[in-house]
Amino acid sequence: MSTQDVIKEASMLKQKEMIANNYDLLTSTRGHGRKVASTFVPGNLNELIMCFDMLNNLPEINAIQNGMKKLSGGYITEAEKGGHSEDVCTYVKADLGMMKRGNLAPNGKPLPDPDLLLLSYTGCFTFMKWFELLRAEYNCPTVMLHVPYQGDGKTTQNMRDYIVKQLKEDVIPTLEKVSGVKFDIDRLRENLRRSAKAEDDLVWVLETAKNKPTPIDAYFGGVYYIGPIFTAFRGTDDAVEYYRLLRAEIEERMRQGLGPLTPEGEMKEQKYRLVVEGPPNWTSFRDFWKMFYDEGAVVVASTYTKVGGMYDLGFRHDPDHPLESLADYCLGCYTNRNLPQRVDLLEKYINEYEADGLLINSIKSCNSFSAGQLLMMREIEKRTGKPGAFIETDLVDPRYFSAANVKNRLESYFQMIDQKRRALASAA
Amino acid sequence: MPATPNSTAAIVQRCQDLFDDLDFTAARAWKDAAPGRKVVGYMPVYVPRELIHAANMLPLGILGGGENMEVIHGDAYYQSYICRIPRSTLELGITGKLDFADGMLFPFVCDVIRNLSGMWKLLFPKVYTRFFDTPQNYKDEVGGNYYIEELRELREGLEELGGARITDEALRASIEVYNENRRLVREVYAFRAATPWKAPSSEVYLLMRAGNVLPVEEHTQLMKDYLAAVKAEDRPMRDNCRVVLNGAFCEQPPLNLIKSIEMAGCYIVDDDFMLVNRWLLDDVPADGDPLANLASAFLHRSAETSAKFQPDEGEKGKYLIQSVREKGAEGVIFAAPSFCDPALLERPMLQAKLKAHGIPYISFKYAENSGQMQPIREQAGTFADSIKLWSAA
Repeated sequence: MSTQDVIKEASMLKQKEMIANNYDLLTSTRGHGRKVASTFVPGNLNELIMCFDMLNNLPEINAIQNGMKKLSGGYITEAEKGGHSEDVCTYVKADLGMMKRGNLAPNGKPLPDPDLLLLSYTGCFTFMKWFELLRAEYNCPTVMLHVPYQGDGKTTQNMRDYIVKQLKEDVIPTLEKVSGVKFDIDRLRENLRRSAKAEDDLVWVLETAKNKPTPIDAYFGGVYYIGPIFTAFRGTDDAVEYYRLLRAEIEERMRQGLGPLTPEGEMKEQKYRLVVEGPPNWTSFRDFWKMFYDEGAVVVASTYTKVGGMYDLGFRHDPDHPLESLADYCLGCYTNRNLPQRVDLLEKYINEYEADGLLINSIKSCNSFSAGQLLMMREIEKRTGKPGAFIETDLVDPRYFSAANVKNRLESYFQMIDQKRRALASAA
Repeated sequence: MPATPNSTAAIVQRCQDLFDDLDFTAARAWKDAAPGRKVVGYMPVYVPRELIHAANMLPLGILGGGENMEVIHGDAYYQSYICRIPRSTLELGITGKLDFADGMLFPFVCDVIRNLSGMWKLLFPKVYTRFFDTPQNYKDEVGGNYYIEELRELREGLEELGGARITDEALRASIEVYNENRRLVREVYAFRAATPWKAPSSEVYLLMRAGNVLPVEEHTQLMKDYLAAVKAEDRPMRDNCRVVLNGAFCEQPPLNLIKSIEMAGCYIVDDDFMLVNRWLLDDVPADGDPLANLASAFLHRSAETSAKFQPDEGEKGKYLIQSVREKGAEGVIFAAPSFCDPALLERPMLQAKLKAHGIPYISFKYAENSGQMQPIREQAGTFADSIKLWSAA
């Protein structure tokens, strides 16, 4: 099957329409007058932003879109020419470069300047500097929500109180001021109720990968499944509908015993079940994915699909405790957890999803993810006896995706799994 | 002629010996001098050392392994695109050079140091290890209350480690001890800014580094002795330009880099090396609630650096411009460790502010084990020459 014949299921069409509508809204603010908040995916307060009739623009998502459209390389070069170091995060440089070149949205129209930079500071140091850099460019109000890191592997009442106080005393008053809309907590409760419904369905979908064969790929497919809930749609009817459709499709795939959908159709043979740690590469996303499905490798669980919320560990947004629930959500995002917690989670995934091993895609841009991953791999190998492998790429900088190197590493890794299986079989 | 004990040469030699000693012999000797003593390590940028001191423990500043440490194990834990300080710090841990440290604190500075706290927990489970978070919200009733509770948790952790209570009285006494230390640090910095030819940065740097490994009282005395010695000494003034160095607040440059900048014709009149020594800008009140006082000092009177959020765009970079003006500097040298997110993300913002004020600057990167100083010397020398020519015009 050629890539031109990609099968589009109803959920895919629905998500495409949601994203297109959101970009249309963002690029037509002069007409409808709604205010725009730029913010980040982890610790995303979409339900709260919607209470003020504001639109949510996510620079990380713009960078991903530009990465997939092969535009990010030029944007990064533009930012580096302007004095930004080659050593720092390429999401930031792709964003700054995009701004210098007209800030065009995927629909070809210019994005508006944000009315507010909502610095939801969760799990990533770079976020703080990123929005200081944007503030200098846009000269617009900036409000920080500092989410403490789970250094001791737990959340405390002090952390929760701190976040709630910031919401009450800084974030909400600023949103009111910028939007001119008074905060209505009941509206927030309604949004959170819808979030929880969508979250239930997302978890159900992700956990279907425990089946053999799995009907989904929880990394390459997973990044599409998390799209609405991690971005501008959590708490909307559209998101509820998207996850309802998605769940029905996966139920049907399971009923028919089908494997995951890939850009080249259904994946037939599932030889290797992997857990993946780290974000994907976006500039060569399709090529990267193909290296897996061509070899019969399917991802059954991934940590990247938890950066915008750890719903599979039981968290749900709670309309009865709205602000506390937002605090707990922010505190729980994957990169806000300490390394021992992350190792525990990976071990759990390896065991519960009966994976053959752990693959780490280490991202040059992202120290939050990457610093410590080699130790994580050793720990997982020690605890589970399953082999680990390590590849290095970047988020949206095409200079750091070496297809031949990645393919070589993956092929060696699959051979290693085969050898391990043979050794186990002969020992038995 | 041998140096007398309180001569500049002797003091600087002592500091150099402490700097070179990767086995931390002085800190080990302090620990062995009495039974039950504990040592708590900490990394940049800031921890409230008063709490460790009040627990009768020795705060031990860890700034990586420096240029003389061969990193073998540490490299196996990090990808090539991550800075050097976590590798050499792990090397210190894995090779047993920190086996006498009963605790390790990893302050908020960046994601690499943050994640290192988790690695330490995994690799050294018997060590009391804590990621020490500091607020990015500077309102007393919001960030202040959060921080007081963080300080309380740290105090409880240290009490458990030491098996004894840390009283408010002890904490107030420690605040006074550190106030005196900070006063001397400020005095040394002011003296250097006024007469940099008398207190070269390579010496001041070593003097400040000594504060990482010595008991605070000893360090304070050492600074007094140094000031007395250099004031009495006749040292020639050179035709150097005056610069502020910025960006070296975590991974430290090799000592040779500091010497190279000076040899190239630049007097460093302010810097951000080892900010922990000067983090709190004034005396912390030694009466009243000590935790509240430490919190208030952090929120309202602490140093600015890129590891902190600046909520007001109008204030961004003001501290650097003020430093240039107050210290009579003619330019800024941005020296940042390779792959340092805080310093390198901050740099363009600071450069824009300097540009707007007509303050010249240059930039380069280093690693703690950088060996080639010729390019740095040439760059700094050209910068010094251009400042002199420009000023003359």
